[in-house]
Amino acid sequence: MRFIHSGSTGRRAAFAALATSAALILSACGGGAATEGSGSESGSGSEGDQTITFIPKQLNNPYTDVVLGGGEDGAKEAGFASSEVVGPLDASASSQVSFINAETQRGTNVIVIAANDPDAVGPALEEARAAGAKIVAFDSDTNPDYRDLFVSQVNAKDVALIQLELISEQIGGKGEIAILSATANATNQNEWIKFMEEELESNPDYADIELVAKVYGDDDDTKSFQEAQGLLQAYPDLKGIISPTTVGIAATARYLSTSEYKGKVALTGLGLPNEMRPFVKDGTVTEFALWDPAQLGYVAAFAGKALADGDITGETGDTFEAGELGEREVGDGGIVLVGPPTQFNADNIDDYDF
Amino acid sequence: MAGTPGSTSQGVEKRPKQARPGAGKTDTSKVLAVPKGRTGAARILLGRDAVMIYVLLVVVIYASIVIPRFASPVTVGFLLLDVIPTLLIALPMTLVIISGEIDLSVASIAGLTSALMGVLWQGGMNIGLVLVICVLAGLVAGAFNGVLIAYLGLPSLAVTIGTLALFRGLALVVIGDNAVANFPPGLTAFFTSKIGGTGIPTVMVGVVLLIIAFAVVLHFTPFGRGLFALGYSKEAATFVGIDVARSKFLLYLATGTVSALAGIYWTLRYSSARSDNASGLELAVIAAVLLGGVSIFGGKGSIPGVLAGVLLIGTINYALKLDRVSEVVLIIVTGSLLIISVVAPNIASAIKQARHSRRVRTAPLP
Repeated sequence: MRFIHSGSTGRRAAFAALATSAALILSACGGGAATEGSGSESGSGSEGDQTITFIPKQLNNPYTDVVLGGGEDGAKEAGFASSEVVGPLDASASSQVSFINAETQRGTNVIVIAANDPDAVGPALEEARAAGAKIVAFDSDTNPDYRDLFVSQVNAKDVALIQLELISEQIGGKGEIAILSATANATNQNEWIKFMEEELESNPDYADIELVAKVYGDDDDTKSFQEAQGLLQAYPDLKGIISPTTVGIAATARYLSTSEYKGKVALTGLGLPNEMRPFVKDGTVTEFALWDPAQLGYVAAFAGKALADGDITGETGDTFEAGELGEREVGDGGIVLVGPPTQFNADNIDDYDF
Repeated sequence: MAGTPGSTSQGVEKRPKQARPGAGKTDTSKVLAVPKGRTGAARILLGRDAVMIYVLLVVVIYASIVIPRFASPVTVGFLLLDVIPTLLIALPMTLVIISGEIDLSVASIAGLTSALMGVLWQGGMNIGLVLVICVLAGLVAGAFNGVLIAYLGLPSLAVTIGTLALFRGLALVVIGDNAVANFPPGLTAFFTSKIGGTGIPTVMVGVVLLIIAFAVVLHFTPFGRGLFALGYSKEAATFVGIDVARSKFLLYLATGTVSALAGIYWTLRYSSARSDNASGLELAVIAAVLLGGVSIFGGKGSIPGVLAGVLLIGTINYALKLDRVSEVVLIIVTGSLLIISVVAPNIASAIKQARHSRRVRTAPLP
């Protein structure tokens, strides 16, 4: 043994360390008591120094970057003193909570969030509202109890149906199809998939189309690539893939474009024109859809401003001006629609840059 | 292999006798304390723990000055709510790593528990019963690891990499891609509630009790001292009469059970039961434990050090978030801290070794 010293300091040391840790926790809360009051006061702020913070599902996602770009523009135009973007690197259910907590403590006036899980963010958002913040959900909704408004790209059903239409066109109305989605719990993706499944069952036009698999790439490029590869191996008769996520469709397109399936297996879904351009040009993908994501952030910023100013409360029928996009109305369930999806193909894709 | 019951009890009897000299009362102290070297090890650990606590203090003070609103009860509340799962699992993990093993399946056990909780509660079962079943599930999962590692002698790294995937897979089988959220509001509110104006979460009371329990077991019982011996040398531990298999089995029972508690906490704090809850938590726990001064090779470490390690990572995390520093930077910071904490003692001991050998070389030959 290396330690041949002796003494009875061991236990005392352990106790001292324990006590110090405890004291530390206590001192940390005791010392702050005085500053707390002043902190929350300055947070409520008057008009003109209002702050807005965007919390996306995860950072470093190309789609999110475009949404946030629009959000920052909107925040500036709407008149926020500052706009911030904070968020987790992984899109797990609870990863956003500590960011919400930190914003609550900073006294942010408007929190715009794309929820990774509709309920996991609930308690944290409730605390934020109790502290005076307005909550705007965008892109992916929270449980309606926890937010003032939800800014939705488009009607979820429209998004689902347009993807089905596209795939049906591209595979000639019959054959096996599969869905490659984001995470298994993504609110918006699951809603679209639900509508797609309902439509496949009820619409006679789609009677010959069979949905054989739903797989999840977790909005991770590598995992999506592997899932796409796996799908084509598992279902040799597969005619088409719908990927209602920008990460998934790009990864799948990348796989298809270098494989024997290029041009034989149809791929559609929701993609970013800049990412999909090469695959549209080389014939891997014929047509896909998406709304202009920048508008989503833009409208969300104006909605946040209207809420923070007290112009609207989020009631059905409330209206507010969304800058250059004009007036928007709050629909049932506190949902604000941004606009219909755009379809991108070889003819028009060069007109878009995002 | 691990010794007959007779030799075990002998070992157990012997150890408290040796432990007593620490109190400095019995007359055998001089004889036994010197060759044993246990207190010497603890003294070195004191140095390591103390450093950790100083670092933690410095970080807390620095953050309080530099970051507006950091010094407030709100911080304490949010910060502790965030670190509780790590804190909980770090306790048995410390014991496991000290004994020279590892458990990578802890986060998956928490996820499995969460999934079970969701399904059972949605199925209409009484919430109390649900919680009991979840803890039992953790116990069974831990026992499964334990049997494979302790009694079949399989390497813990391999076994728990396997069960990491297995338990997470089971969680997905149990609950699928659903999320259950409608837990009793009173219960979920309790799990985020705080004690008065202190900001300390109410559940922290239970966590502190667990901390004390684990600290006592590790530092003040023959079983705990045996774990250090086990981590140093399994053969030696066997010779002095420690039931190696039984000790390891108990450790995995503990990690399983505590992971289940963490899973329950996670589910109720976020009021969302899902199969992917707590994913990746095992690495956060191991990082905190290593930062807290536990040797990955076993035989060295302490609960106070680990507490400081967990709180240090938690504090840095929260402080940087409050300052809106990107999570990319955050990962780099914790990663660097970990590397430093592992490398620093090695450099220190290398220096000591060099000094020692120089002294030996220059000493006059007899």
